[in-house]
Amino acid sequence: MSVPALSMDVRRVGESIAIVDIKGDVTAACEPVLMSAYEAAGGASASKLVLNFAGLEYMNSGGIGMLVTLLVRANRQRQELAAFGLSDHYREIFELTRLDEAITIYDSEESALVGAVK
Amino acid sequence: MTELAGPEGAASAEQIGLSHREAAASPPGHTPSQGTMAPRDAQSWAAKVDRLAVDQRAGVRGTNVAGRRLTGPVQGFGKMWQKTYRMEVGDAIEPAAAIALWRSNFPDFWPKGNRFAGALTGINPGDVALLDLAVGGGVKLSTGVFVLYADTESFTLMTPQGHMFAGWITFSAENAGDGTVVQAQVLMRASDPIYEIGMTLGGHRKEDKFWVATLRALGDRLGVPDAPITAENSCVDKKRQWRHAGSVWHNSMVRSVLQTIAAPVTALVRVARRGSSTTREEQAAPVRNER
Repeated sequence: MSVPALSMDVRRVGESIAIVDIKGDVTAACEPVLMSAYEAAGGASASKLVLNFAGLEYMNSGGIGMLVTLLVRANRQRQELAAFGLSDHYREIFELTRLDEAITIYDSEESALVGAVK
Repeated sequence: MTELAGPEGAASAEQIGLSHREAAASPPGHTPSQGTMAPRDAQSWAAKVDRLAVDQRAGVRGTNVAGRRLTGPVQGFGKMWQKTYRMEVGDAIEPAAAIALWRSNFPDFWPKGNRFAGALTGINPGDVALLDLAVGGGVKLSTGVFVLYADTESFTLMTPQGHMFAGWITFSAENAGDGTVVQAQVLMRASDPIYEIGMTLGGHRKEDKFWVATLRALGDRLGVPDAPITAENSCVDKKRQWRHAGSVWHNSMVRSVLQTIAAPVTALVRVARRGSSTTREEQAAPVRNER
């Protein structure tokens, strides 16, 4: 399996919100990177996880599947999952796959954070 | 990992007709003019659709698809499963060659008794294929699938409302060090409570046999008839999503059974309507001639 061309940096905003900045290619191969980022984001201690897709360069269907796995994990911990920074192309993919019904999409980091504290 | 028993006989299914919609769509490899910032995956994803539109095709009933919405694992009812079927085909076959063969001849590898009526051009993003699936008792379950994604290394099918499961099936090939491995991976929840019961009472086992037989048929075509196949099933989420229990309204199994029972009456009504419209045309014809 090829090495994923992906990096994920985690920022904490307050005690309960974590933002994961995703840069590169999201495929099934990068599941370990995403799960490490999830743990770094505080695992179950964060009540809301916000994914920043502004640096997303490529995503295949395996990547979407991986996001579903993350969603299940977050739901199990009663955490909310949100996203921002999606281009029109990737927003359409979220809508096509109906992932937008489970992951709230915001236009910007600011609006995601406002939504997060509601 | 569990090694599963050998193949079921695989016979050719049919690739039937290119629909007007598909004929009007971009051919494989076609790149429309786009800005330089178009993502690398832009040509691999299907365009967004809200509800499926289909053209009838000969050889399948073609019901329970038109007007349906797509459903992913988020919209399903039952436990979420990830099922992975892998076949090692050696180092003589490149992953891209395996996927190209699979995409262009997809129906050929389906087990006997099941029909996949896709486009003649093979599997391309945005295509809708109509399915008749053998479910026993002489009943064919009529449903369909949508081609969500396709590139040189993988392709993914997504299911519509009423299908046995809500989810995706991704077919892929990769170089795994010792050689090429081809894989079918299902990420799914049973669509409604009836299907969930059915999956528990043998449906999962039947699905395992289906995909193992499919891989076996692909292996035969690739020239590796004895390629080792493994199956691994894992429950990703044990929770059932009761808020989606109402999806039973779209259940294609129930509807297919009712359509089978009602078929003679439906055929009679169709003949009667055709007859009455012909009579009306005959009566109208002299009027037109007098003008």
